[in-house]
Amino acid sequence: MLTQIITFLIFVAVIGCVLYGRKLIKTEKVDAVFGNPERALGGTHWVIVGSSFLLLVWLYYSWDIAKGFYPKSANELCQVAKVNDSLLGLKYQFPIEEREFKSTSQIKKENKNLNLILNEIQNSQEIDNQQKTVLAGFINKTNQLIPLLTNEDLIENETKQKINNITGRINLLTENFQKPDYPFETEQELNERLKAVSEEGGWGIVKVQSGTGSIENTMEVPLIPATDRGLKFHAAAQELNLISDEFFKLRNHNPQFKTQIKQLKDDIKSYRKSLSDSEEVASTYAKNIVKIARRIEFASIYPPDALNKMQNAIIQFDNAQLKTQGGLRFIDILLFPAGTIVASGPSCSEQGSGRWLPKPSDTFNKFILMSKPSVGYKDIPLLWIDMVDVSKMIGFILPDWIADILPGEYPVHTKDGIVKENFKGNVLKVVTGDFELFKVPVPYGHIWDSFLRVFLGLVFGIIIGVPLGLFMGLNRFAKGFFDPLIELYRPVPPLAWAPLIISVLGIDNTGKVFLLFMVSLSIMIISARAGASGTQLSKIHAAHSLGASKKQILRYVIFPNSLPEILTGIRVAVGMCWGTLVAAEFLAGTTGIGFVENVAKKYFQYEVIWITIFIMGMLGLLFDITLRKIIDKTIPWRGKG
Amino acid sequence: MSDLVSENLNMIFKTPKGETVHALKDLNFTLKKGELLTVLGPSGCGKTTLLNITAGFIRPTSGVITLNNKEIDGPGVERGMVFQQGALFEWLTVAENVNFGLRMKKEDPIKTSKKVDEWLDIVGLKGFGNTPTYQLSGGMQQRVALARCLINDPDLILMDEPLGALDALTREKMQSLVLKIWKETGKTIILITHSVEEALLLGERLYVMAPRPGRIHKEYNLPFASMGLKEDLREIKKNKDFSAKREEILEMIWNMEEEIMGKDI
Repeated sequence: MLTQIITFLIFVAVIGCVLYGRKLIKTEKVDAVFGNPERALGGTHWVIVGSSFLLLVWLYYSWDIAKGFYPKSANELCQVAKVNDSLLGLKYQFPIEEREFKSTSQIKKENKNLNLILNEIQNSQEIDNQQKTVLAGFINKTNQLIPLLTNEDLIENETKQKINNITGRINLLTENFQKPDYPFETEQELNERLKAVSEEGGWGIVKVQSGTGSIENTMEVPLIPATDRGLKFHAAAQELNLISDEFFKLRNHNPQFKTQIKQLKDDIKSYRKSLSDSEEVASTYAKNIVKIARRIEFASIYPPDALNKMQNAIIQFDNAQLKTQGGLRFIDILLFPAGTIVASGPSCSEQGSGRWLPKPSDTFNKFILMSKPSVGYKDIPLLWIDMVDVSKMIGFILPDWIADILPGEYPVHTKDGIVKENFKGNVLKVVTGDFELFKVPVPYGHIWDSFLRVFLGLVFGIIIGVPLGLFMGLNRFAKGFFDPLIELYRPVPPLAWAPLIISVLGIDNTGKVFLLFMVSLSIMIISARAGASGTQLSKIHAAHSLGASKKQILRYVIFPNSLPEILTGIRVAVGMCWGTLVAAEFLAGTTGIGFVENVAKKYFQYEVIWITIFIMGMLGLLFDITLRKIIDKTIPWRGKG
Repeated sequence: MSDLVSENLNMIFKTPKGETVHALKDLNFTLKKGELLTVLGPSGCGKTTLLNITAGFIRPTSGVITLNNKEIDGPGVERGMVFQQGALFEWLTVAENVNFGLRMKKEDPIKTSKKVDEWLDIVGLKGFGNTPTYQLSGGMQQRVALARCLINDPDLILMDEPLGALDALTREKMQSLVLKIWKETGKTIILITHSVEEALLLGERLYVMAPRPGRIHKEYNLPFASMGLKEDLREIKKNKDFSAKREEILEMIWNMEEEIMGKDI
């Protein structure tokens, strides 16, 4: 329903905006010539058109429009796909979708194989001439088998009868299939089917696994026919499966062929027995010849005209089923671009862009579902609040050795097995957080973890990088001393450090924060250094003659003068950190938005992958906008000084 | 008393190529308290070097320069400086810029804000206190620079082509302002300029410097600055005496330039 409304709104918006744009062009000034950059100003209506098109392409190629307007179409196409799947084996016997009869191509192939072996045998230097003659005889006999199968006069009546039988069944199916009440279904059967359908759920339904709370990979396309038309195809597919099984059980073996092949097999068997261990090569050739003879035996090779009636019957059925599809065919062509629903064995699936491009509606539903703290991903919510006792934080911040350095001893248990607390023991409880205070809300979850890592890495990078960079910009020793260190590690792609750092510092926060610290440190140093060395000498002179001390000049002149560079550096560092973090979370970890994507990849959860991509984009944008606001607020003089 | 005395001042630079440049050679002069000295000369004659030595930014190769009998060996509050481009701190507002020196001395902010307002009034920037400096025009920026320097109450004011980057109209206004401030405060001022007219108008005394090596070529004692306190500056320019002096100095500088560059140019 929502998809339908949105699709409709998109069309309205596009048409409205295009009309508005045209009106605007007409009222524009005459001197708006080509090349005037002013002509690129404004144009919000084109932004609407652009985003509408993007959304429309997404809706269309993810087949969400098909799902919105024809929610049952996937299920029906699944039934059609079942018919096509069942029919495929039979169709392959005839030049319907292929270029030649299966018999023709098989004969061609086996002749080629026989010639290959013959050539090999004749050129072989490991077998003597006598054996070559024997093997060539076998090949000749194998070759002689084929005409026994393709001779119209030799085909047995029983076989002919069976072929006619199959043809008759196909024709009957075609006839029945076109009847409106095919297949006949009792009231009870109908009710049972409809119940099963509602239990199975709709197209692309999302289910939450009970108990664990995690999202399970659900059925893409419902299998049980939900409509009458679908049922028709479903029944036909079942019947066709039986027919095709029967056909492939059928063997075109007449008595001459049977005696010939038996004799050939026996001959080769005794020949191989007579060979000594040193004549293994000849034995292998003989074995290969038997293999080809077997393939000819089990291939469905028939005389050229024997299956003509059956071919016609299949073509007729195919035409009938195409006709019965009716409007469904056009839905398939128009609303299932770049692919369709295919059936393979018992299941149906989306094949094409609809598979890897999740439907906006599905993605939205799944996002809502994942946002619920009780669901989340891998038992951890995306972003939620946990009540944590303040004592835990105090215990984390205060070092434990505070208790150790106090005078006295820790309590020892008495003879009665009672432990009496003393002051030192109580202090230890405080510094380890083993007490209860009030609770405060603390955010946690995948998004928060990723955010915190970037934030901490960045903060450490700024705290150390900015003073060091300023110092390096002002002092020859500092610049010379620290430059080699920084220039040595900076050009290495941050991810190249990741495996080392993660294996040394662990897959949890420490390793990642340190990696991000490395990334932001070099950027902050370089930008702070550029800011410091870019200070105009006259400003420093002015400050000096106004009575400022060295410290004051650093604090009130050089630092604010470097702020534009430093803030730009932070903006660059945030981008770099964000990119590095996601990749580092791919490598190893148990939480974080990159971790979610990596796990989703393993289970082909395309919706989740797209959700994580979206979240990452939004967070990156959020960082950038926040920093841009800060930059505009703190350094309004930038570029104007 | 508060005299600026220069004794045998020598400044020799070494270029990266190894050549030596004699920027100042045996400079001797004395500037009495309350005098306004303008320094004129072709480029490369050591005007700015002289100013930088006086400000204490660089040390002379040899010789001594003293202010109030105290040797100058570093920058100090008693010598205020006004730069060509203002050198304002663009991250501060007009009032904060003017207040900078007092803030560095950690004076009481309530008292200083009063003082700042007074000085803004004197330089004609009343009501501009909260304006960011990057929104000011060139002339206004120089007024801020002037106020920022003067609020520290220096004994000596050094001006390095302060009006060089201004348009003709603003320049004339600023010249009057400099004269007005000189008169009202009675400060000793050294003003470096490229403009002969400006040097004549503002200078109670005028040094014309010559390059290679940098030295004082000629010294004038001029009446125009004192006249300028009463009369309109444009009227003075029409003065015959003024025109004659101007032609004489221009001729002198032209000759120096030709000596360096060759006559053909």
